[in-house]
Amino acid sequence: MSALLSIRNMTHYFGGLKAVSEFSYDIPPGVIYGLIGPNGSGKTTTFNLITGIYRPTQGQVFLEDRDITAQKPYLIVRAGIGRTFQNLRIFGGMSVLDNIRAAKQYRAKSWMLSSVLRLPGFMNEEKRIRDESMALLDVLHLADRAGDLARNLPYGALRRLEIARALATEPKLLLLDEPAAGMNPKEVQDLMKLVQRVRDEFKVTVFLIEHHMKVIMGICEYVKVLDFGTTIAEGKPDDVGRDAKVLEAYLGKKGAAC
Amino acid sequence: MGSIFNAQQIVNGLQLGSIYALIALGYTMVYGIVRLINFAHGDFFMVGAYAAYGAFFLFNAFLGGSGLPMAAVTLIVAMAAGSVVAALTNRFAYKPLRNKPKLSSLITAIGVSMLIEYLFSALPFIGASFRAFPVLIEQKLYKIGTATISNYVVIDLLVAATLMIGLTFLVRKTALGRAMRAVSQDKDAAKLMGIDVERVIGWTFLIGGAFAGAAGLLAGMTYPRIFPYMGILPGLKAFIAAVLGGIGNIPGAMLGAYIMGLAETFASAFNSLLGEGIAFAILILVLLVRPRGLLGEKSADKI
Amino acid sequence: MNSLKTPRLLFAAAGLYVVILVMNLTGLLNDYFLHIINQSLIYVTLTVSLNLINGLTGQFSLGHMGFAAVGAYVSGTITTLLFNVKPTLVNYPIFVLALVIGGLAAALVGVLIGFPSLRLKGDYLAIVTLGFGEIIRTILNNISVVGGPRGLLGIPKFSNFHVVFVVAFVTLVVVRNLAQSSHGRAFLAIRENELAAELVGLNTTRYKVMAFAIGAFFAGVAGGLLGHLLQMAHPTQFGFLGSVLVLIMLYAGGVGSLTGSVIAAFALTFLTETLRMVLDSLSDMTNLPLGDWRMVLYALLLILIMLFRTEGLMGTREAKIVVLKEDQL
Repeated sequence: MSALLSIRNMTHYFGGLKAVSEFSYDIPPGVIYGLIGPNGSGKTTTFNLITGIYRPTQGQVFLEDRDITAQKPYLIVRAGIGRTFQNLRIFGGMSVLDNIRAAKQYRAKSWMLSSVLRLPGFMNEEKRIRDESMALLDVLHLADRAGDLARNLPYGALRRLEIARALATEPKLLLLDEPAAGMNPKEVQDLMKLVQRVRDEFKVTVFLIEHHMKVIMGICEYVKVLDFGTTIAEGKPDDVGRDAKVLEAYLGKKGAAC
Repeated sequence: MGSIFNAQQIVNGLQLGSIYALIALGYTMVYGIVRLINFAHGDFFMVGAYAAYGAFFLFNAFLGGSGLPMAAVTLIVAMAAGSVVAALTNRFAYKPLRNKPKLSSLITAIGVSMLIEYLFSALPFIGASFRAFPVLIEQKLYKIGTATISNYVVIDLLVAATLMIGLTFLVRKTALGRAMRAVSQDKDAAKLMGIDVERVIGWTFLIGGAFAGAAGLLAGMTYPRIFPYMGILPGLKAFIAAVLGGIGNIPGAMLGAYIMGLAETFASAFNSLLGEGIAFAILILVLLVRPRGLLGEKSADKI
Repeated sequence: MNSLKTPRLLFAAAGLYVVILVMNLTGLLNDYFLHIINQSLIYVTLTVSLNLINGLTGQFSLGHMGFAAVGAYVSGTITTLLFNVKPTLVNYPIFVLALVIGGLAAALVGVLIGFPSLRLKGDYLAIVTLGFGEIIRTILNNISVVGGPRGLLGIPKFSNFHVVFVVAFVTLVVVRNLAQSSHGRAFLAIRENELAAELVGLNTTRYKVMAFAIGAFFAGVAGGLLGHLLQMAHPTQFGFLGSVLVLIMLYAGGVGSLTGSVIAAFALTFLTETLRMVLDSLSDMTNLPLGDWRMVLYALLLILIMLFRTEGLMGTREAKIVVLKEDQL
């Protein structure tokens, strides 16, 4: 099987603290892959290691068999990995449309001089970027807010905007860091549909970190459960849901709140 | 070549380092607690020097005499003046901006620094010109080996050491010190633990200002020439010393200041241009090689 | 559709240019006034170029006058020491070349300063840029060929209203066009959230260095203009205080607003001159040196802006005339 993303023996320490331990797994193309685990179990750290924000103490990351371990974050994005953040990182002082256009900039070919002189090549490219961005906003139901400052959007829309911005980089793999955090049940429902739709329409593979058991069980085709940096269970959602270790780690310690 | 690294230079460097240390401590404490580079801190040092100058002539007119008691009184006045200006600055310029972006406070600090300097320069009874600092204590020279040591060296080192030991005690053993450490670790958590954060910040400025004021007196006595802009360069160098030691770290500021004093003394002996530029060279080197400084801890941003 | 494509800013600028020129020729506007307008225009160039670094890209440079110093000394050396030319029309190509070389030298320094900015943020960056400014000043103080602490004197008076106006206009248009382009959105994204900018595929390193280089280039040209207007370049003229003055203009106008930068550069240059005249005559009357009160007022102005109107005059808003429509040239 040729995996889209494969992680080999990844270990990461913060000082003396082991945050991620001997992680190895493959994400096949086209799936929605869920990673679940209690707070501090190393979920976000995994994302930061994949996207090059941290350099892993040990191990490798491959995207379509290409080693991207500890490359500069923007190069990893260009290789085809887009992500969202647990604590939103929107370009708040820019318009919704410009949030998207900024994410399309790295594919633009015009030189700075061309944009200063407003040469035809630049103007055509600007138009193309604008049209593409509007189309993307349309898919995520944000088109009517395109001109608004991003910071003025309601919370749910900001979550969608971050997903749209990640999609604007045209990724093969989309990393979603707790996309349902802070959402009410209705919004969670909508989000679940959205993620599935995004996967189908944009032909991306989704790698998702969640706290909400419901989201993971509802949309993921494959689930991996972490506890204290190690994998305690993995497989199809239904099987994992019955695993004793998972029940202990999740329901035992944290109660039924999830 | 060995000539510039002689005992005399070491003594001079330690003396200069003592003055930098007293200024650097204020920088580092304020940074540790409110994460602000207090640009005006060097001006608290200048205010201290002028306060000592004024106090000397005032007391001399009424009481007469000089010597140790007089020096002690002027020291207290200098420290009080530094404290008052620091507290006022904090209350009126920095406190209203506590929850605004950090850069606003930084720019305000530049404004406060300019305001103090030009106000002193513009006030007719102070003025922009240099003034000779009066002789508080007769200078005595002692010859030890190849080095000549004046009683000023002893006084500078002693005053600085006493204040630094006092501060270390305060930070380690008292309730205020505990509160200061707590606030510098995590302001919000400290607030939840019932610590009056604004009170702690106020005390930090008072103490920092007092130390800068004391340094102003020592600098006036040791290098007997004062002027309204005298705080700019020592302030900047002391700040760099604090960065070198690891900003926010009290022993770090002391260590950085003495290294800075020695480095500057040696560099000046070698070449005057080098002497002027060594502080900035150290700054750039530290920021490129070890941004957290010698004793600073690694900070992790939550992503 | 056609009306959208008219270069409104160009028309407005041309109009202003003609009005000032006619007023000057008819004697409505004396040469002293024109001199202050020239200075204002140089400050427009300085403030707008600083806006690219501090406002649009969200970096923090406290050493903008250091770039101007490089431009002034390099261009001044070329016209004064190298060619020793008189400011006649035939020699203007040499002057323009000198300005450009001065600007490029400043840009090179800007790249050098831009590099620490890759790892530093906010207050640390402020200190490093301040340090760079001071280092430049110290070095100039110690180079005797360019006059050392006396400064470089006898620079030919090449700068005049025409040149200064064109440079200010070009700077404004370049920064504006850059800001309202895909590259400009990259600058803004870095200001808004650097990590997120990196994670939408932007080479933030490259953009930050570019912002410093372009900003420094125009500051260097402005420095060259100033040197050739005042006919001298002096180390302290380009020191920390000069940088703070440009910073005050930037914040008074509103960081991120080019319109604000232009208005504030004019308003504060005129305020400076008015205060200078008032305080000088007061000084003469009272026999007291009152000149420093001007700086006291400036310091207060800066503090008050920060305390009560952090966003300055304009915030991030722009006058309509400065904004490009989506498909406008």
